[in-house]
Amino acid sequence: MRFKDVFAIIGPVMIGPSSSHTAGAARIGRAARQALGEPPLVADIVLYGSFADTGQGHGTDTAIVAGLLDMDTDDARIPDAFGEAERSGLEVSLRMSDETQPHPNTAAIVLRGPSRRISLLGRSIGGGSVEIARIDRFAVKFTAVYPTLLIFHEDRAGVIADVSGILRCAHVNIGYMTVDRASRSGSVLTVIECDQAVPADALPLIRGLAGVSDVSVVDLAAKEVR
Amino acid sequence: MRFATLTQLKELCGELGVPISQAMMIEQARETGQTGAHIFEQMAAYYQIMKEAVARGLGPGVRSRSGLTGGDAKRVKDYAEHEMPSLGGEAAKAMAYALAVSEVNASMGRIIATPTAGSCGIIPGVFVSAQERFGWEDDVLVRGLFAAGAIGYVIANNSFVSGAEGGCQAEVGSAIGMAAGALTELRGGTPEQAVHAVGLALKNSLGLICDPVAGLVEIPCIVRNGFGAVTALAAADMALAGVVSAIPSDEVIGVMLEVGTAMPAKHRETAKGGLAQTPTGRRIMKELYEKDGKEGRT
Repeated sequence: MRFKDVFAIIGPVMIGPSSSHTAGAARIGRAARQALGEPPLVADIVLYGSFADTGQGHGTDTAIVAGLLDMDTDDARIPDAFGEAERSGLEVSLRMSDETQPHPNTAAIVLRGPSRRISLLGRSIGGGSVEIARIDRFAVKFTAVYPTLLIFHEDRAGVIADVSGILRCAHVNIGYMTVDRASRSGSVLTVIECDQAVPADALPLIRGLAGVSDVSVVDLAAKEVR
Repeated sequence: MRFATLTQLKELCGELGVPISQAMMIEQARETGQTGAHIFEQMAAYYQIMKEAVARGLGPGVRSRSGLTGGDAKRVKDYAEHEMPSLGGEAAKAMAYALAVSEVNASMGRIIATPTAGSCGIIPGVFVSAQERFGWEDDVLVRGLFAAGAIGYVIANNSFVSGAEGGCQAEVGSAIGMAAGALTELRGGTPEQAVHAVGLALKNSLGLICDPVAGLVEIPCIVRNGFGAVTALAAADMALAGVVSAIPSDEVIGVMLEVGTAMPAKHRETAKGGLAQTPTGRRIMKELYEKDGKEGRT
């Protein structure tokens, strides 16, 4: 199911004018910031399809920048997101692309922070709901409405079992999971959507596992970036 | 969720012996692990925001950021109060309230997407006017939002709710179907009648394209919300009178998917066709971009 529950239909509470081009765009931006796991310093944004064609009127660019600054869909500061970005030292570049994407409302974002770089491709599927379709080189599929673990690790036996063991001890149930690897025995991104918030003390345990290089948590229901 | 179609939703209501709203609350609690009280509270908070948006939109000084729209809700309300609207006073009020919320949306005010921001006026327009007319407590309308949400959940997962995917039928059309089904239940209709109301309503918006002038959620989106509220009332009345959707509502949703998929990109929220590309639509876009010091892409 693309739309998970009643509040994907009634909601979100948001600042207008468009749920797909404003609220959904803000959520894609916020998911990217959470995936980076630290405040971004440089953001390169590319808009495709209807996002590129009508994004200006809907404030799609502004909304994505608002999301990068951790604003939620009803944040009254959204209209001034570019001003906020300047004040907080976030350098933004924006480009419209004619390239055809499978979904008409698509944005690609590359973020650089003090210690990391991440790229993300997101789709705004209507009513403010989003799908994250790619992170770095990895094909993924998640909605970011559940607490979602992004675990970057080596492709070898036992890593996923170790992670799920930690989650079991923390009483966290796995709802959905996607695994994609760049090549056999290469690097892997495992995405785990959980039914419960992952306790703060479980994250260092996952980070400390042999073969795990990076972990971040994406959760658009969370009030603040952790 | 234990339902994916309107037929299954109706059957679930029969098994549990509850209306659609109650079935949705039960399923939401099962799906999320949250208590019924918690879920109800969130929906109740959303309903308050809808009422605030209606009140704000009927007041003076609501203008969109572009300056193109605003004030029509107040115009219609004043007319309905002082003249004799052809629709009758109650339907005219629903229309005014729907315009009000859509104008607040265009002014970058706070609204609830139902199911989208482009169609955010229809459900509040129908619900808030019905509350005043029938003297219902807030809780009645909050339950109604769950009924509307259940219907929207089925439409969204079997078809679409974004103009970029399926045209305006997916946004305004879906909202009309949701409002019509929910109102049918609130007025004492059975789940079966509510489901018929959805099919009746959706058939009337099949094929509606998304062609926003200058890419803004203003022209024609705002007036379509006003018309949408009136259509929802009409569909609920037909269903309550015993009119049925000869083509089952789930099949009508399938048609919306078929029609929207076949719709050219220029009619799916790209501002490259329809009203956006009329001589006047193009002129408005040109003037706005010149005013903003930006260059249009089309």
